Amino acid sequence: MCLAVPGKVITITGDIATVEMLGNITTADVSLLEDVRVGDYVMVHVGFAIQKYDEAEAKITLELLKDLAEAVENDGIR
Amino acid sequence: MAFVNFSDDTTARLLLDKIHTAARSLDQVRLMEVCGTHTMEIGKLGLRSLLPKNIALLSGPGCPVCVTPGSYIDAAADLALSYGARIVTYGDLMRVPGIHTSLDEAKSKGANIDIVTSPLIALDIAKAHADQQVVFLTVGFETTTPASAKAIVNAANERLQNLSFFVSHKIIPPALEILIADKQLGISGFLLPGHVSAIIGQMPYQFLADQGFPAAITGFEALDIFSGILFVTEMLRHKKAAIVNAYTRIAKPQGNQRAQEFVYQVFRVADVLWRGIGILPQSGLVTTDEYGFFDATKRFNIPHLDDTEMPEACKCGDVLKGRIRPVDCPLFGEACTPSSPVGPCMVSSEGSCAAYYKYGA
Amino acid sequence: MTTQTVRLSHGSGKGLQELLSTIIIPALIPGGAGVLEDAFVFDIPGRRLAFTTDSFVVSPLEFPGGNIGTLAACGTINDLSMMGARPMLLSVSLILEEGFAFEKLTRILTSLSEICTQMGIRIACGDTKVVDKGKADGLFINTSGIGIVTVGISLSAAYAKPGDAVIVSGGIGLHGVTILAQRENLHFASAAESDCAPLWPLAKAVLDAVPHTRVMRDATRGGLASVLHEIATDSKVSIVLMESEIPVPQVVKGACSFLGMDPLHIANEGRFAIIVPPEWADKAVAALRSFAIAKDACVIGQVVEKDRFPVLLKTSIGGTRPVEMPPGELLPRIC
Repeated sequence: MCLAVPGKVITITGDIATVEMLGNITTADVSLLEDVRVGDYVMVHVGFAIQKYDEAEAKITLELLKDLAEAVENDGIR
Repeated sequence: MAFVNFSDDTTARLLLDKIHTAARSLDQVRLMEVCGTHTMEIGKLGLRSLLPKNIALLSGPGCPVCVTPGSYIDAAADLALSYGARIVTYGDLMRVPGIHTSLDEAKSKGANIDIVTSPLIALDIAKAHADQQVVFLTVGFETTTPASAKAIVNAANERLQNLSFFVSHKIIPPALEILIADKQLGISGFLLPGHVSAIIGQMPYQFLADQGFPAAITGFEALDIFSGILFVTEMLRHKKAAIVNAYTRIAKPQGNQRAQEFVYQVFRVADVLWRGIGILPQSGLVTTDEYGFFDATKRFNIPHLDDTEMPEACKCGDVLKGRIRPVDCPLFGEACTPSSPVGPCMVSSEGSCAAYYKYGA
Repeated sequence: MTTQTVRLSHGSGKGLQELLSTIIIPALIPGGAGVLEDAFVFDIPGRRLAFTTDSFVVSPLEFPGGNIGTLAACGTINDLSMMGARPMLLSVSLILEEGFAFEKLTRILTSLSEICTQMGIRIACGDTKVVDKGKADGLFINTSGIGIVTVGISLSAAYAKPGDAVIVSGGIGLHGVTILAQRENLHFASAAESDCAPLWPLAKAVLDAVPHTRVMRDATRGGLASVLHEIATDSKVSIVLMESEIPVPQVVKGACSFLGMDPLHIANEGRFAIIVPPEWADKAVAALRSFAIAKDACVIGQVVEKDRFPVLLKTSIGGTRPVEMPPGELLPRIC
């Protein structure tokens, strides 16, 4: 029940942002989030930005997963 | 800024090895996911063909379309055909068999049905057809409820007279409660829906850990799904039960507070009917009195939905609860296929049976 | 069949197969039609000919990359090309809705004509009818075509053999995404443009390089998945595709993620699948790549012995899963 797509905010007018997804454009209502800016990345679900994409957190997660994957033994969970 | 790729093949295969290692010291592991999008993505990746034999991935009632009552579909079709209302819906509902009919069938008989990708488009349609009553089929789990709430608020602010919302929203935690209460199901742990969690955060799942069921909030790319499975398997190995958030880039511990506020401005929780399961207490949403004008059940006097019957011989109820696999249903693949479905699990694009049919066991 | 009336889902994919096999073919050809190819090939003294027909009902009538006229020309040209026939003659039948603007009609017909001129095809005959307002979505076009099959060439959807290489002529999904983006209620705009193009020069180049080509099929409505399913069924084999090799333009990936659709199910109007004996794969790909519209041509899979599923996909993480026939009508999902 969770089909949400990542997109980049291109313009914002009032509640409505235009969001770009790999060469496709849709509009998304950003009133469910605080302080969305042009250039932000958001997850779009049924025409609404439901959460901002946290790039820093994404990088941390990916590093963690790569470390886990490359560890010699299973170290268990953190 | 750029999107980080969570689909790297090399890392995926290494994580898969770790899953195999972890599973070696365990007996039968039964993990359940409760999100139709997880069911689909797992199928698309061909993941089941790669997991160790002792890890079973079950699909629970995470398909909002599958658990929408059959009488809801019939009522929607009736609004269009008998009343002449213009129905606006997501594509997911079109082919779902109701008790007597489907929206697809109603359309072939002349019903005006518009397929949209957002509830906000229903407002545009209402304005473009001011002479018609327009009804939006308001379904989905917590990922979708804030959007519905905001659409209703907008409709109220714009004083639209010809638009109403036929609400059948459900919430996930009550379903999780009955799943863990059913000892026969033998669930070991859960993959929790990443985008539902983006809205509701982590706390609503705490009761799972408290009762000994490890769970991981899981995203939708290959590495997300592998890591979700790995974390739960590792917790089982260490006999730990916690809620791990493996999707921190989108799902925050507190979720989206503002979205939740919108939801409870417009809706309140109620006991609602889940197709194939029955009435679950405090498991769905109805509009508050303040927004009663936009409630389609009031505007059109729609009788109370009361079907608990699946079509005869249909085992969707058991499939939805993860009791049996789709292939175990006597109708699977013969009397019941995606082009001639008997129950909703086969027709919904994310229904367990449809996913099994498409992607194999 | 569980329904008693025509549904939109009968227009393509599985739904169309059912309508054809249970109602249309039994009524038109009581003895059965055998394998349904892209064009009907027959011999007259000294010549092998191909004959085909196609109808066009697209909405909107004009879109980035083409219009119903270019579709009508290319559709029939390509069906003939897929049987190794050089297109020679085209018929054009028009059903016009009352109120249709002359300027638009001229524009559409001029595009159709230009493609024929380019390809050295003669528009030999036609018909025109006008219907009341509301009965024709603006304009419906039917084109039929006759071509001459190159001597020695014999192609069929029934000729694929285990071991054969499966090639696609370029990136998939562009036409379908372009059309979907025109639908207001889906609420998205796209940089995609239709890939509509006449394929005879490419088909000819492949056949010149690889006379033993087994099958060529253009992947129109129902996408690449549909044609590969048809070939697998008609040839009584299975086809295994490598996900990482299938060329999907970024813009198609983005649109499909947004709509919850599969690029393999999305219509193309200028892409075709080619099946050749494995030792000829490189030659076939090289022949294709000499054309700008096929610069991304590549081998995407292999024909294997008949398996439980007609078409399988090896995913990029190493899993295996079936590729299904698309449902008759593609619907966007939110879940």
